[in-house]
Amino acid sequence: MKQQYVFGLSALLAIVGLSVFGYKWQTLGFPLSKNQQTPVWTIESSISFESGPGSIKANLLIPTLTPGFRMLNENSVSRGYGFSLNYGSGGRAAQWAIRRADGPQTIYYRISVYEDPGTDQSDTTPPFPPPPVINEPFRTAVDVIVADVKEHSADPASFTSELLRRMNDPSPDTNVELLISDADTRTEFVESITTILAAARIPARMVHGLELQGRQRNAEPIAWLEVHDGDRWRYFNPLTGEENLPERFFVWWRGNEPLVNVEGGSNVQVSFATQENHLDAVTIAETQAAQQGANLIDFSLYSLPIQTQAVYSVLLMIPIGALVMVVLRNMVGIDAFGTFMPVLIALAFRETKLFWGVVLFSMLVALGLSIRFLLERLRLLLVPRLSAVLIVVVILMLMISLISHQLGMETGLSVALFPMVIIAMTIERMSVVWEERGAADAMRAGLGSLVVAITAYVFMGLQWLEHLIFTFPELLLVVLALVVLAGRYTGYRLLELSRFKALAGR
Amino acid sequence: MLGTARKLRESGVLGLNERNSDFIMRLNPRRLYPRVDDKVLTKELALDAGMAVPELYGVIRNQGEAKEFSGIVEQRDSFVIKPAQGSGGDGILVVTGRSHRKRNTFRLASGTLISENEIKHHISNIVGGQYSLSGNPDKALIEYCVRFDPVFAEVSYQGVPDVRIIVYRGYPAMAMVRLPTRASDGKANLHQGAVGAGVDMSLGETLTGVLDNEIVDDHPDTGALIAGLRIPQWEFILQSAARGYDVTELGYLGVDMVIDRDLGPLILEMNARPGLNIQIANCTGLATRIALIDEIAKADAKPAERARVARREFPAERQTSINFD
Repeated sequence: MKQQYVFGLSALLAIVGLSVFGYKWQTLGFPLSKNQQTPVWTIESSISFESGPGSIKANLLIPTLTPGFRMLNENSVSRGYGFSLNYGSGGRAAQWAIRRADGPQTIYYRISVYEDPGTDQSDTTPPFPPPPVINEPFRTAVDVIVADVKEHSADPASFTSELLRRMNDPSPDTNVELLISDADTRTEFVESITTILAAARIPARMVHGLELQGRQRNAEPIAWLEVHDGDRWRYFNPLTGEENLPERFFVWWRGNEPLVNVEGGSNVQVSFATQENHLDAVTIAETQAAQQGANLIDFSLYSLPIQTQAVYSVLLMIPIGALVMVVLRNMVGIDAFGTFMPVLIALAFRETKLFWGVVLFSMLVALGLSIRFLLERLRLLLVPRLSAVLIVVVILMLMISLISHQLGMETGLSVALFPMVIIAMTIERMSVVWEERGAADAMRAGLGSLVVAITAYVFMGLQWLEHLIFTFPELLLVVLALVVLAGRYTGYRLLELSRFKALAGR
Repeated sequence: MLGTARKLRESGVLGLNERNSDFIMRLNPRRLYPRVDDKVLTKELALDAGMAVPELYGVIRNQGEAKEFSGIVEQRDSFVIKPAQGSGGDGILVVTGRSHRKRNTFRLASGTLISENEIKHHISNIVGGQYSLSGNPDKALIEYCVRFDPVFAEVSYQGVPDVRIIVYRGYPAMAMVRLPTRASDGKANLHQGAVGAGVDMSLGETLTGVLDNEIVDDHPDTGALIAGLRIPQWEFILQSAARGYDVTELGYLGVDMVIDRDLGPLILEMNARPGLNIQIANCTGLATRIALIDEIAKADAKPAERARVARREFPAERQTSINFD
């Protein structure tokens, strides 16, 4: 009965811990390993123009829905301008306004994004477009092309492919030739295609985006074709008819409207610059979680002040040390002084490093033990004697530090990091065991403590484990589940196998 | 490794983890611990139940009372000082006599002399809690020093040999005789180097011994054969052990008895966490016997009946390596 409670409880703890862990890892994108970097793209668009005599109002279309990318942050840099964000028919627009400005002006809009293949920020299903109003003779040409292409296609996607094939034919038929005769730029070309698609009652629009690659001073927005097949938006290369998007294609704005519109300014120039940075994946995950309103993240350790974080990154490893302790004592059966003494010693080893830690610890205990034996002759009462041992330990630590400093070995200074009360208790316990059970027992338990401490140190020093526990503190519930399970382990301890060896096989 | 574990499991060997979680935690509620952890209380309970215990000369309860020591032992030449809450035999001082020249100098069981002041220091250590299980202040008992029955004289090196019986739910399950050695400094504790000898539960006769987890045939100091010694008043010992359960209500209990030359078997102390070495001494696993007791245990059985069950159910398998002629 009780056994079932224990299993149930540890299963519950493990499930809670692991599901929070899974949510943070998979959904919020917290990284499993330390220093995991995510490329972050910063795209800066600068609008420069000559200011006129009157007030100036500048409108810039800015990214709204960006498939494949997620926004980290955005800001605008402009001196003296009032800034606002508006939602228009074509998506978001940034608006700057100023009553008076002199000379050439430059306004910046900057956005940072990172790749996230999981974000499919598609638009909602659009209504069927109204038949466009087209003048003759283009109207007849469009009608003929639409009727002809319809013959050779089955659905909006194949219609688009077929249409694009004809439009890009090196020797186009006369109707096509007529339509593209005055499409000089790529934008105008795509615009005429959307008109034909509208005539076929297929929702389509032009998308303008940037191909992000490394650092670019003057990135050119490219026009692309977006067609809705009744289900989702599909992307077509207007020049080849292939259905694809360029790699790392960042959609800036959609539709036929001009990117920028400056009232009261002249000689308007827009240029884009892109830059690739690498940012800690944790930062990105946190920003994202904050945007999504995941309250969980308010309790993240990364929100603590840096110094407190450093403390917790160490403290959170103590449960790992305790788990090692449980395994070594209850499953292996190693004898050690004090329940958690080895874990605390292991903590001190983190600062002193292993070799010097072991040397200093052994030195401290050996010296303390010999002085404890001298104290024994004074026949002090228990509490004063313990206090005397504690004071002796402090003095010894001081002397080791001073002597090693004189000898130029700075590592000796770190002896001060040992928990002195714990060491004093260890010395006391060890001397009692020494007297009662003999040197062999005392040494065995002393060595056992050291072995446990070293093992705990090794596990507590695993960088990936430290990062994992710090980023996902909920994993401590899993550690707790393991400890609870170990609490009901009734099998033999490893060392018992040799202890009872004589009884095996009888 | 797994093979060894399986073999041990098959021969019913009890491991520490299993003992702790399945028996001690289940059958020994913590509130009952003082009955065995405080030897003064144990003695009172045993006396109330009419059981034989070594006579208590005096109790020193705090540092101030340490000076009463001289008065307590004034009429005594031999006595034992022990902590009321000691464990594993730690802190026990056996005084066997006084020095011929100086009356305030005592002779220990080991033969060395010790001054009254040193004894008082030892007592204040005990009272200060150096030997107590929890480290809390403790009491020091001064009691009758058992003059042990010559039956084990040949196989003991100083100190007092005792009989340890594991009592499970009131039924004696396994027993061993613990024989002090030079290495154990006269103490009858196996992990301090004493020899443990298994006991045939039906006859009360010793089997082979075990020293430091190894099986031995004769005592390391005296060289005498350990096996084949008949423990006197075995029936009475088993019944006393069985009554230990009625007194303490601990379902998993170790009862330690000594056999006095004049007074017969006396209950020395009882233990709520008896060790597992007894299995090695008996070359038998405890789990098998515990399972058998679980099958036949009756809640209303009298101590005498439970002792009879133990004698009937747990005779030793004879060791072929030892010749009894």
